[in-house]
Amino acid sequence: MNVITAQPANAAPVFHLEDEHTHAAGGSTMLGFWVYLMSDCLIFAILFATYGVLGGNYAAGPAPKDLFDLNLVALNTAMLLLSSITYGFAMLAMGRNHIGETQAWLAATGLFGLAFLGIEVYEFAHLIHQGATPQRSAFLSSFFTLVGTHGLHVTFGLIWLTTLMTQVAQHGLTEANRRRLTCLSMFWHFLDVVWIGVFTFVYLMGMLR
Amino acid sequence: MTAHASPSSPAAAGHSEDHGHGSLRGYLIGFGLSVLLTAIPFWLVMGDALGSKLVTAITIMVLAAAQIVVHMIYFLHMNARAEEGWTMMALIFTIIMVVIALSGSLWVMYHLNTNMMPLHDMSRMP
Amino acid sequence: MFDDPNLTKAIFGRLTWESLPLHEPIVVATFAAVALGGAVLLGAITYFRLWGYLWREWFTTVDHKKIGIMYMVLGIVMLLRGFADAIMMRLQQAIAFNGSEGYLNAHHYDQIFTAHGVIMIFFVAMPLVTGLMNYVVPLQIGARDVSFPFLNNFSFWMTVGGAVLVMVSLFVGEFARTGWLAYPPLSNIGYSPDVGVDYYIWALQVAGVGTTLSGINLICTIVKLRAPGMTMMKMPVFTWTSLCTNVLIVASFPVLTAVLALLSLDRYVGTNFFTNDFGGNPMMYVNLIWIWGHPEVYILILPLFGVFSEVTATFSGKRLFGYTSMVYATVVITILSYLVWLHHFFTMGSGASVNSFFGITTMIISIPTGAKMFNWLFTMYRGRIRFELPMMWTVAFMLTFVVGGMTGVLLAVPPADFVLHNSLFLVAHFHNVIIGGVLFGLFAGIAYWFPKAFGFKLDPFWGKLSFWFWVVGFWFAFMPLYVLGLMGVTRRLRVFDDPSLQIWFVIAGFGAVLILLGIAAFLVQIAVSVRRREALRDTTGDPWDGRTLEWATASPPPDYNFAFTPVVHDNDAWWDMKRRGYRRPVSGFGAIRMPSNTGAGIILAALSTALGFGLIWYMWWLAALSFAALLAVAIGHTFNYHREFDIPAGDVEHAETARTRRLAAEA
Repeated sequence: MNVITAQPANAAPVFHLEDEHTHAAGGSTMLGFWVYLMSDCLIFAILFATYGVLGGNYAAGPAPKDLFDLNLVALNTAMLLLSSITYGFAMLAMGRNHIGETQAWLAATGLFGLAFLGIEVYEFAHLIHQGATPQRSAFLSSFFTLVGTHGLHVTFGLIWLTTLMTQVAQHGLTEANRRRLTCLSMFWHFLDVVWIGVFTFVYLMGMLR
Repeated sequence: MTAHASPSSPAAAGHSEDHGHGSLRGYLIGFGLSVLLTAIPFWLVMGDALGSKLVTAITIMVLAAAQIVVHMIYFLHMNARAEEGWTMMALIFTIIMVVIALSGSLWVMYHLNTNMMPLHDMSRMP
Repeated sequence: MFDDPNLTKAIFGRLTWESLPLHEPIVVATFAAVALGGAVLLGAITYFRLWGYLWREWFTTVDHKKIGIMYMVLGIVMLLRGFADAIMMRLQQAIAFNGSEGYLNAHHYDQIFTAHGVIMIFFVAMPLVTGLMNYVVPLQIGARDVSFPFLNNFSFWMTVGGAVLVMVSLFVGEFARTGWLAYPPLSNIGYSPDVGVDYYIWALQVAGVGTTLSGINLICTIVKLRAPGMTMMKMPVFTWTSLCTNVLIVASFPVLTAVLALLSLDRYVGTNFFTNDFGGNPMMYVNLIWIWGHPEVYILILPLFGVFSEVTATFSGKRLFGYTSMVYATVVITILSYLVWLHHFFTMGSGASVNSFFGITTMIISIPTGAKMFNWLFTMYRGRIRFELPMMWTVAFMLTFVVGGMTGVLLAVPPADFVLHNSLFLVAHFHNVIIGGVLFGLFAGIAYWFPKAFGFKLDPFWGKLSFWFWVVGFWFAFMPLYVLGLMGVTRRLRVFDDPSLQIWFVIAGFGAVLILLGIAAFLVQIAVSVRRREALRDTTGDPWDGRTLEWATASPPPDYNFAFTPVVHDNDAWWDMKRRGYRRPVSGFGAIRMPSNTGAGIILAALSTALGFGLIWYMWWLAALSFAALLAVAIGHTFNYHREFDIPAGDVEHAETARTRRLAAEA
């Protein structure tokens, strides 16, 4: 570490940039958003850990087998997966600079996301109606919190999606809007990854208990 | 974390962040694999295809891990080059942290429960 | 109109006249003093017509330097509050013997020790550390600002929002009476039905958002905005430790957010995470919160390790000894800090295997820390040491911190911990490392970088006075606690039965008085320095013969930090430039693109604080309203696409020419 970086013997060392092109705003955005997703990942990790530790504490209440309907979960998973691929198509359309096509695929994504949320709300309402409320046992507390937090993220994603569609309609696929769409794409696919954990650990493994 | 000599100057990193939005082929492969990797575990559990709960549990966990990798590669376009490897490094670091927090909590609380609440049936832990 | 109790309840929630602590003369007197002082301050600002200036130049600023300074001001103000709590506890414990109840009732005393811990960690140490990083890191890496300047402003105001909620709890309602980590079941609604724990939760949630975002921001800044030539292994050590700290922040504050969210669900919704019934498990909270809590203490100390490295190298006139090992030690500490959390609850009963694992990992952490200590010693060895104020703090740190580290290793031995857990020995230990490490480091950093921020040095006489009061006061205040802890005295006690213990508490109280004088001398030092600023003026921008890039620019630095982005060839970039005959460019300036100020950050933070207040008092309309407004303002802000402006070349040239003249006059 103690050696000075070698300089050609004849050239005077350069200590500052003579002419620098101003680097574009948002050059750090992708990395920053990725780091944010990583921090979000840890929130989910804690919720998974809580579910892992408390998920077996039924307190003489209902267990996963009594509650979960895997057909519904499979349908829900399909909705989320479809919304992921439609978002992918939106990104491809964006790459081709087709505003209308991008918007159409974004709208499709939003609809699938909405369907996902609708099914989840239906499932929750059904559970609560059965008396399986979040207050009933530590298992249900951690179940509702984990799945609900994912649902809240999807809700937030939908609000964001609507905002971005408005902005694309206003300004077109500008540099800033492309950056934002890419961020939301990462967010959306990240939620998909979290959902893989949810349906595996919560629903499928729950049915195996 | 040793010196990688590329100067990560704004000049060098400024506009070259074009890490692509994937290709149609990529998305379709990813989608196909995801459908497969989702359908199999649902089928295994709903159809009770393997008979043994333990084997099923391990299989679906492996499939989930595989599907997460598929999503990372085909949907999130993870690779070791984007952002000079920083996204990959952040991901690896996060995975380590997640593993520590998850397995640590389970380990600690499992021992606590066996030591302090022997009546509890912890064999039903996931 | 307020006769209808239902209407009153709908509007004010739980807030009634009884919520105001009018029956506590101490609080009422404090309120009177604060209200008077506040009125004078606000009146003065209005009289001198400073509101516009403050709003335009400070509140809405996105300049990392100004935000850094505001963080420091916040930290110092909150230090006064936190210390007031400390000295009240010391006084209570010194007199509550022989049947005396002391002067604080249990209800008040329990709030004080909770508030002291919360304030000192979250609203003193964190803002001061973040402020230092915010100010110094971009300058050290040759950047013009952080990666996300608006987020920086927002983060700061969120931290302020949290601090405001804690301060409000003093006069409206009460603060938590649970200890600084609010363990359930005590913090559950059944045992703490009052607003105290809710103040705690929302203050930390609001501030926590700010901390997490500022962590993301600084990581990106360090990764993306380094000057050309500054490879990872050419980064200044302070930047390295800041990077690791921010990695820790991003990887641990989400855990706190999640845990507190679960606790609030227990309190608000009636879930059963940490209850004793329906399968809940309070120890899960303890487990989870320490997954955040242990990295947190490294978040506090790591940047100060960086400060000591910079100070030692500068004031020894030598390159830092063992730069590479310093970096690796920092990285190793970063990782290891995630593997030790259980040592905070060895006594929980996880059994021998778990306790041994965490005991061993804890002891391993002392190895990289020890390596750092030797690096500093070898840097000083045969150096030409100048005992200026920052160096004095560094030497005091080395002597004090080693003792704290050793007692930490003692506590890491599970059988010893079973004896010492929750005793005053533990209290002495963590004050020993936090005051001896974090606080001494902050004072070293403040004394070191103050001339960079303001263009004049701090007055050395009052600084040394403050130094000696602090250091001597620290030893007087905390060594007795080691003794008491070894005798088995537990923490957070309000009255004592055994009169033979009193003398130790009196000595500790005397130490606290010395520290009070130290704080007073520090404030006087700042006042005196401002008054004598012409005599203390530094026109060179490099008052200490520094080694890193921040000393290459003017003091205080211009808005754009560097007229030309520097190119780095060496670890000690500025030292290298000076030695190899660097000539400052005096012409050829161009326009510089900078981020524009925005009021969105302070508005969003104010709405978040209002949201927190509404939730604390069950004023659901306020909570709903501020949440809706929060969403609207946040979305509205994204519709603003014009966030940058150009500083014209003429302005840059004007500023730089003025500096050229100053430098010429100096020579």
